[in-house]
Order: sequence, then structure tokens, then C-alpha cells
Amino acid sequence: MTSTSITEDSIKSALTERLGATHVEVQDMSGGCGQSFTSLIVSPEFAGKNSLKRHRLVNAALKTEISQIHAWSAKCQTPEEWEKERASTGGNDGPPLDGTADGKVEGVSQ
Amino acid sequence: MFARTILSRQVLRPATRIAAPTPSFALSFLQRRLLSDATRQAIDKAVASAPVVLFMKGTPETPQCGFSRASIQVLGMQGVDPTKFAAFNVLEDQELRQGIKEYSDWPTIPQLYIDKEFIGGCDIIISMHQNGELAKLLGEKKVLAVEEGTSASEGEDKKE
Repeated sequence: MTSTSITEDSIKSALTERLGATHVEVQDMSGGCGQSFTSLIVSPEFAGKNSLKRHRLVNAALKTEISQIHAWSAKCQTPEEWEKERASTGGNDGPPLDGTADGKVEGVSQ
Repeated sequence: MFARTILSRQVLRPATRIAAPTPSFALSFLQRRLLSDATRQAIDKAVASAPVVLFMKGTPETPQCGFSRASIQVLGMQGVDPTKFAAFNVLEDQELRQGIKEYSDWPTIPQLYIDKEFIGGCDIIISMHQNGELAKLLGEKKVLAVEEGTSASEGEDKKE
């Protein structure tokens, strides 16, 4: 399978471009294999949408990318929510690492 | 002819001591790839097989993926009644594994349904667990196990 490799940067630019994300953090959880990513996505487009709708928006924007990787995790915030969380956690806001072992995905590959 | 596959219905590891029956569930699938009517109907049935349904990798006892494990743990911590819960192992069935993604319009496993309504995947399950929405929803749907003598004391997880 020839696949243009998916990287933290390619996902980041896709989200910035397609979702108008104002801040994106993407972390490769597969140890550099480009198979599993977790992300924090901040976009004004999330305003007024519940969690499910936000994730669906992201899934649609990254349809091709997600279909090519093994695992995908996202935290979707509006700029206001992100500011608030950064203020309350002292800047300690980032991509979710639940379901991973120290930021690495475990389990079956395919 | 068509491959006939068995989707085993799994119950959550009982948090207390409830031993629920584990009826098995036979589904047949007609085509690969496309979500055929048969697949859709089979998934309809799976989704309706219990008030709380999780499509996961592996079984509740032996999850095969960290995200499935985290989701099962959340449902366990919430105290979901094992008799009101069913888990389907997508690794046992390639049709289900692909079909459920199309059915739910959701690209990843696990997937949680409550009262036939799609709730979300692992990220959503965990954030709803943390912000209290999941406890509220499960309470409203009356799918939590009520322990004898206590009325669903919150915040205190049973030590295993």
C-alpha cells in the first residue's frame, strides 16, 4: 500500500486548514510509527456543539487520515474552554492519554 | 455458502456477585465490505440486545486494546448492572468490525450505545465519566446495579 505518511505535522496542518483550528497539539503515540495519534484541537467551530458533534466534525475532517491509522484520540475545545482550562490547570492542558500506557498505545495492531 | 459467525454476548465482570446468563447470539452476514441489509439488521439486533452495549476489541475480561480496556473500566466503576450490559468483540467478526464503523458513522472501536443511541468512543466515554454526564445518563436510564443495603453510594469504588 502506498501511503503518504501521516505525521504529527500533517495532521496538524490538516486540522488548521479544514477545521479552522486556532491551536492544535498532536502527539504520536506509536513511538514514531505514524500509527496512533492523540490530539488537542482548539477551534471556534466547536462552539455550541456537544462532544459527540465535535468529534464527528473532526472525524469528517480527517476521514482519510483516520482510516489509515490504528488509533485516534482527540480532545475538542473552543478557544474559550481552552483558555479556561489552561488558566485553571496552570497551562497543563494537552492531548488525552487515556487508554494508553505512558502515552503509548498497547494492544492489537490490526 | 455464507459464513455463519457467532457474536458472543459478554457480560461485564460482575462488580459484586451477580452471575448473569450469557446467551449467545448468532448472526449471519451476506457480504463483505458494504454494509448489507443483513449486516445492518444484525447490528440493529446487537445494539438492541441490552440497554448498555459496548462494541470492543476483546472481551470485558480480556480487552485487547487499551481504549477498550479503559471503556470497560469506566462502565465497571460507574456500576453498570451486568444484566443490563452486553459487549460484542469485533475481533471475532470482520463484518461486525467494519460494519459497526459504517453503522455508527464512527471510525474507531470501542463504541458505546445506551438505549440504542450512539454515545461515542473512548474519549467521549472518559470525558463523560469525568464530568459526571455519564453517571447522570446511566442513572436516568436505570441501568446501574443497586447494592443491597446501600443506595448507590457515589464516589466509593469497591476495592477488587
